[in-house]
Amino acid sequence: MSESTLSAVAADVGQVAGGGFDPVLPGLILLLPLLGFAVNGALALASGSRSATALREGREEDHASSARPLTHTLPTWVGPGVMLAAFLLTAVNFVGMLGVELAEPVIRTYWTWMATGALSVEAAIQLDQLSLIMMMVITGVGFLIHVFSVGYMKEDPGYPRYFAYLNLFVFFMLTLVMGANFPMMFVGWEGVGLCSYLLIGFWFRDREKANAGKKAFIVNRVGDFGLLVAMFILFAVFGTLDYQAIFGAAPDTLVYGGATVTAVTLFLLLGAAGKSAQVPLYVWLPDAMAGPTPVSALIHAATMVTAGVYLVARSSVLFAMAPVGAAAVATVGAITALFAATIALKQYDIKKVLAYSTVSQLGFMFMGVGVGAYAAGVFHLMTHAFFKALLFLGAGAVIHSMHHALHATHKDWDAQDMRNMGGLRRFMPATWITMWVATLAIAGIWPFAGFFSKDEIIWYVGTSAPASVLYTVLWGMAIATALLTAFYMTRMMVMTFHGPNRTGGAEAKHLHEAPLNMTIPLGILAVLSVFGGWINVPGSVRDSFFGGFGLLPMSDWLDRWLEPLTATAYQIRVDQLGAYASTSPVGGGHVLWGAIATGLALAVVIIGARVVGSREIRPAVDSPEPTGFGKILHDKWYVDELYDRILVRPIQSLSRACWRWIDQVIIDGTVNAVGSMARGFGWFGSLVQTGQLNTYAFILTLGALVVLGVLIL
Amino acid sequence: MSGLLQASAYESWILHALIWLPLLGILGVLASSEERAKHFAFAWTSGLFVLSLGLLWAFDPAGPLFQFTSDAPWIELWGVGYSLGIDGISLFMILLTTFIMPVAILGAYRYIGEKRRAFYALMLLLQTGIVGVFASMDLFLFYIFFELTLVPMYFIVGVWGGERRVYAAVKFFLYTALGSLLMLVGILYLYIQAQAGGAPPSFHYLELLGTPLTLGEQLWLFAAFALAFAIKVPLFPFHTWLPDAHVEAPTPGSVVLAAVLLKLGAYGFIRFVLPFFPDAATHPTVVMVMLVLGVVGIIYAAWVAAVQPDAKKLVAYTSVAHMGFVVLGIFALTLNGLQGGLLVMISHGISTGALFLLLGMLYERRHTRLIEDFGGLARVAPLLATAFVITALATIGVPGTSGFVGEFLALLGTWERHPIIALVGTTGVIFAAYYMLPMVQKILFNELDREENRTMPDLSGREIAVLAPLVALMVLLGVFPTPVLDRMEPGARAVVEYVEETTRDGSLLEAARLDRVDTQSRFVHDSGRHELLISPDPTWSLSDRSGAFRIPDDHILRDEG
Repeated sequence: MSESTLSAVAADVGQVAGGGFDPVLPGLILLLPLLGFAVNGALALASGSRSATALREGREEDHASSARPLTHTLPTWVGPGVMLAAFLLTAVNFVGMLGVELAEPVIRTYWTWMATGALSVEAAIQLDQLSLIMMMVITGVGFLIHVFSVGYMKEDPGYPRYFAYLNLFVFFMLTLVMGANFPMMFVGWEGVGLCSYLLIGFWFRDREKANAGKKAFIVNRVGDFGLLVAMFILFAVFGTLDYQAIFGAAPDTLVYGGATVTAVTLFLLLGAAGKSAQVPLYVWLPDAMAGPTPVSALIHAATMVTAGVYLVARSSVLFAMAPVGAAAVATVGAITALFAATIALKQYDIKKVLAYSTVSQLGFMFMGVGVGAYAAGVFHLMTHAFFKALLFLGAGAVIHSMHHALHATHKDWDAQDMRNMGGLRRFMPATWITMWVATLAIAGIWPFAGFFSKDEIIWYVGTSAPASVLYTVLWGMAIATALLTAFYMTRMMVMTFHGPNRTGGAEAKHLHEAPLNMTIPLGILAVLSVFGGWINVPGSVRDSFFGGFGLLPMSDWLDRWLEPLTATAYQIRVDQLGAYASTSPVGGGHVLWGAIATGLALAVVIIGARVVGSREIRPAVDSPEPTGFGKILHDKWYVDELYDRILVRPIQSLSRACWRWIDQVIIDGTVNAVGSMARGFGWFGSLVQTGQLNTYAFILTLGALVVLGVLIL
Repeated sequence: MSGLLQASAYESWILHALIWLPLLGILGVLASSEERAKHFAFAWTSGLFVLSLGLLWAFDPAGPLFQFTSDAPWIELWGVGYSLGIDGISLFMILLTTFIMPVAILGAYRYIGEKRRAFYALMLLLQTGIVGVFASMDLFLFYIFFELTLVPMYFIVGVWGGERRVYAAVKFFLYTALGSLLMLVGILYLYIQAQAGGAPPSFHYLELLGTPLTLGEQLWLFAAFALAFAIKVPLFPFHTWLPDAHVEAPTPGSVVLAAVLLKLGAYGFIRFVLPFFPDAATHPTVVMVMLVLGVVGIIYAAWVAAVQPDAKKLVAYTSVAHMGFVVLGIFALTLNGLQGGLLVMISHGISTGALFLLLGMLYERRHTRLIEDFGGLARVAPLLATAFVITALATIGVPGTSGFVGEFLALLGTWERHPIIALVGTTGVIFAAYYMLPMVQKILFNELDREENRTMPDLSGREIAVLAPLVALMVLLGVFPTPVLDRMEPGARAVVEYVEETTRDGSLLEAARLDRVDTQSRFVHDSGRHELLISPDPTWSLSDRSGAFRIPDDHILRDEG
């Protein structure tokens, strides 16, 4: 651990620590998005004030005109610009770390944030293998999404405000993964929640959208409660909240499987479940689709929602010591994955399909980190960031195009309903192809990225079976989910891009491919959705047919890269629960199951495409309501309704009862009874009427006191 | 800076100036015209704030516990002295007062339309009373100032308030006067009891401290003091005067009430109740009652706040919830808890003060306080909306704002001794979002669907000047609270450790154990100056008025070993 408490500048410049790795301006990586926020925020206030003036004078501002004011041109450069700079700086640091064996994280301490008594929390950041991988994803994918947003949000009156929020989000997200202690992470944790709230409710004029933002914040706070409690316990046990101190001392301080560490991990899980939209706290994420689509790509797919996975991976030592806590993580993940996948089967809103798909994939990541395969969880986090961001951006391009087409003829149809789409591949070929790449990746088909990451998780879940029969069940759930995934994604692609176009003849003329600044990010993400998985090909697969007999060279790179962080946890797990099995619960090795998995998934894609393609799909207005079991799935198992019935409404009724009965009747009734006796004097009331008697009253009070004092003496 | 302070003998006159200059200002207010009274009051209180800023430099966190002390006989027969002095805790309470006063006055330039001279005179009188409370080292003096705050507030609510102002004012007055009369009896009992051993009569804080009392006596006196302060805090179920007073009070009244006056109660607990009656304050039943009332306040007030149709009433209830965190921090009797509670007090003063100012600004524009009368204001008043959102976030304790640090430390400190209470209290963070976000949405977001709101002006230059320092402080204290925590720590530590030491055989032995190592090193470091509060012997040397409690020499030696 670094002992330096030097100032920011001194800390950033020329201090070599951590075995030859000398980070380049790590503080600046954080500062850049914050700077972008400041600039864009100021522009947003200026632009907002101008619109407000126009509104007061009774005229609507014309945003479509060619003469865009400075407030709407500058963010185009500032927003993505700071992201590019941050990405390049992160890349420099990443390359710097590649060449060295970094056993301990490099910590930069800037100032003392909270210090009292035994507690000392520093404003400190930590650079290690995990935080750098996360930073690469955040700034890299983040930059692409910023670029895409330039095209997507160009005509929105809130353009500068949008980039202000987006930059602020990246700042908090980086704080979350770079913080060197739990409270610092919590700053980012709640900060990204705040930005998510602001961006979901970005179009706040719409009550539904504003409600969705509010719901996200409140549900997330349930998770934050868990995280706070976990911090309190950790401080009570360790007397510190620094990662290095806690994780270093944990194996000796805590009892394996003891109540303390189990409680800590379960509260951490509550926090993780809130942010990563796991059962039972997932309900906010589908509603969060109310935000602009690039926001869904960045926040609700690639970065923020993976914070829970990061948290578990970061706290791997604690989870390794709490078998119950770890099993709970895996179980929650498996339930969430399967549950969300069933809902995705019957959604018609393209973004809702992707939202439930995200919840489901996050469940996979939870399974991975839950069975101790921390690198696999982070691996899937990374590949998912690529292909899911691509899917969301692609969906954004589709919605953008649909919106234009429907807007051109003033047709009152839902631009996001897949039943109104169909055959879009003719109009938007680049979007079509790139989204298929992502679909094959998420379906887990060789050699796309998702194949390697998802199958690694399924493999580890299966080979955990000797530890408990629970994992055999979870393994079955994981495989079932993977097949459902292949199906609902195929359904989405076919309904959107294939078959006849259902938008309408006049409208179809206005369907168009997205501009270059939107399709180029799609292309880059498509490349990553293929090759991103090659960094962690298992050795056995590499040497097999599926590894192209060594053509996929970077075997186990991520496993080895993260080893300094996961080694302790891995060792504890192996010591306590035994090593992972070498075969799946029903036999068969890595390569065989890779083949089975990809074969099954491919079959589901092909058959699914046939099945969905042969159905007659009508535009939403002509479609019958789903019936039977399909309706239950379509209506999302009625979980929102259930929560409303058993939580939201009872609390509201109770709140009203507290106010009307306890406050107004019981307490105030007593007070008023006493008061009316006192008011018999009628003395205070008359004082008020004269108004000028302040000095008089003061003397009176004093006099009364003196008399009283004398009497008692 | 410190050179300038030294040259002007700042230490010797600043507290007197901060107490009495507001009274002098009343002459100025009365001498100016109705129109210009507000300018004078603003300029005068701003000047006082600038003067008080010197305290930040002049106060030495490593110095004696009580600083800027002065002692002059007043009513010698009874041993009443005009004795002043502050520790780090009172320091920030005084700074909060001197800061919030000009802000409140400037923020309500348009709100106060009639009898302006009288109004600003009362505000200045109020400032004298509040600063006097925080600076008094003599209990008689303290009591007079404590009562003095009541009178101007009563008139501010009763004359310049809303429709039910008389009811609210009387309720406020009766509630608080009832509580403080019992406290007066308590003070006198303590005073008499202190002379039982043949000591000369004195109301001095340090002389009364350590007065030998049986547990029974302590419990009775605790009840008398605690009732007065619990009403002031206000602690559930003594809180119902607050929503009425807040709703009826004019904006500056609400601001000062929330920002400073409520703190008198918490301050009283910390300064008097804990050290005077340590056995009662650590009695398991008493502690549990106080903690449970605090935690009930957090949740109950949050729930009730959430269903209020009146925005001002909603914010009033949130005050009760916030002060619940303070009560937890105080009665957890851990250093972290107390520091957190103190920070919540400061943070609440700033953020809730700002909320009342914002609601006042809305009222000036629309003459309504009902949430449903607004909606979509972010479009027509983006600056106001921005300030509103930041303030709301600070109120609900989002990290990076002052609200978080206080609540975090208070709950962390509570957890050290009472995990279950802290666990329940932590749910307050959920319910904070539950009451605050719907209000933010209904006022600022949704469709701008009322014609009257479409022409609402955004913040004026004056209003920006009022809100900007508040918003800046919310962020600054959230990011870098160290200057505050450092200066408050000796005072907070003194209280916690004094209570621990005097109840050594009691249940609290474990309480501050975590902090012992630090303490011991401090003893060694500062042993030459005899200023820390710890003494295993509860009988105090009456001759020592150096503004601190004495440590017996053997104590120091033991710690060095």
